Amino acid sequence: MITGSRSGVRVVLPAHLKTLARVHGEVEVRLTDGTLTQRAVLDALEEAYPVLRGTIRDRATGKRRAFIRFYACERDLSNEAPDAPLPDAVAARIASGDEPFMVVGAMAGG
Amino acid sequence: MTQVRVLAGTHKGGFVLTSDEGRDKWEVSGPHFGGWDVYHMKGSPVNPGRLYASQNTGWFGQVIQRSDDGGVTWQPVGSDFTYAGEAGTHLWYDGTPRPFEFKRIWHLEPSRTDLDVVYAGAEDAALYRSADGGSTWTELTGLRTHTTAPSWQPGAGGMCLHTIILQEPRIFVAISAAGTFRSDDAGQTWQPANKGLHSEGIPDEDAETGHCVHHVEAHPSRPDTLFMQKHWDVMRSDDGGLNWTEISGNLPTDFGFPIAVHPHEPETIYVVPITSDSLHYPPDGRLRVYRSRSGGGDWEPLTAGLPQQDCYVNVYRDAMAVDTLDSAGIYFGTTGGQVYASADSGDTWAPIARDLPAVLSVEVQVIP
Repeated sequence: MITGSRSGVRVVLPAHLKTLARVHGEVEVRLTDGTLTQRAVLDALEEAYPVLRGTIRDRATGKRRAFIRFYACERDLSNEAPDAPLPDAVAARIASGDEPFMVVGAMAGG
Repeated sequence: MTQVRVLAGTHKGGFVLTSDEGRDKWEVSGPHFGGWDVYHMKGSPVNPGRLYASQNTGWFGQVIQRSDDGGVTWQPVGSDFTYAGEAGTHLWYDGTPRPFEFKRIWHLEPSRTDLDVVYAGAEDAALYRSADGGSTWTELTGLRTHTTAPSWQPGAGGMCLHTIILQEPRIFVAISAAGTFRSDDAGQTWQPANKGLHSEGIPDEDAETGHCVHHVEAHPSRPDTLFMQKHWDVMRSDDGGLNWTEISGNLPTDFGFPIAVHPHEPETIYVVPITSDSLHYPPDGRLRVYRSRSGGGDWEPLTAGLPQQDCYVNVYRDAMAVDTLDSAGIYFGTTGGQVYASADSGDTWAPIARDLPAVLSVEVQVIP
């Protein structure tokens, strides 16, 4: 189990959310000490950028929005439990800063 | 110098069009919030620099934006539209109960008297109020918890609260496909206001709710007179929505979405007839606005400057507006991305923007 011991976690946002958050490129968010989970990363992201609340996770249910995916280290983490520790191999590379946690707008037409 | 500002919400962003009072030369800025559905943009009657916009996508949900400089710059404000208390259920298309689920804001209605008060109409149908310029929202739960709400069903476009008429403390709202509702106590309690509406597919001629109301308008000087474009039928009420009578008269079809009232002539109204509920384009490929100067019944087509062949656009329910200049301006936007304007009460028309994304809403402001 890897904790968010590094100073921050790199997060890649889809273009529309970068515009909304008024950032360019990746962002780096600081996690409170604890296990590196999907929820920990997203909580830290929303804490740093409150305008993103409700855009990635449904406000009422807290669930991932239907057309959002989470990737890291070439793995699809979208359907992992929010409070499950990220797989060790993934968590180690995120914690070290070698790889970002990616929030992806799913491909869908319209 | 007097300025006219048109706010066009589209399928891929919001646009701000500005002109002097001549209304023959327009500057277009945008897209604001490019790539997002902008269902509605509207300015405050108290301070025309204060604008609100509703942006939404299926990917990222709902965001409300506010501008305090007439749309030059925007700030995201509050977007928490969580239903208060138990969400409850309505009827789904198949007749089974389905929990209310927030999807988007269709309409924003700023107060006529308080700069920081604004109302928002949601899909699934609910009414919200903000008293701090959109930073936080409070649901007026008396509507969604009305005794008839479990029987409400969505229209084809969703179960949207799309019309908000403020005559505070009286408020009218309209919901597809539940009908019109009236509150006399600033939104705390509500009564259906649909008597006289008759809708195919509703076996009960006196059904209290279930009517697919597309849009309702009222002239500020005649608060008890309401004009309605229903799914089929153009209707009016002269007793604050308690009773409705049909005024479709000689329209070529009485299906349509928007309805508008002339700013200086309370008995002059406008509709855009659409072929049918299965053919969402003008009859015969001719885009015609119809005007009645007698409060309905007798209608005249307005065609000068509008395409009269091979035109197959639609005009959505919130995509028609009027300005308040002496020579009244009438505006509407189409699914083909045109915004048309008339500076002479509808006698002649010209496009003031072309090739925009599909237009979802049009509002207009006159800035002294």
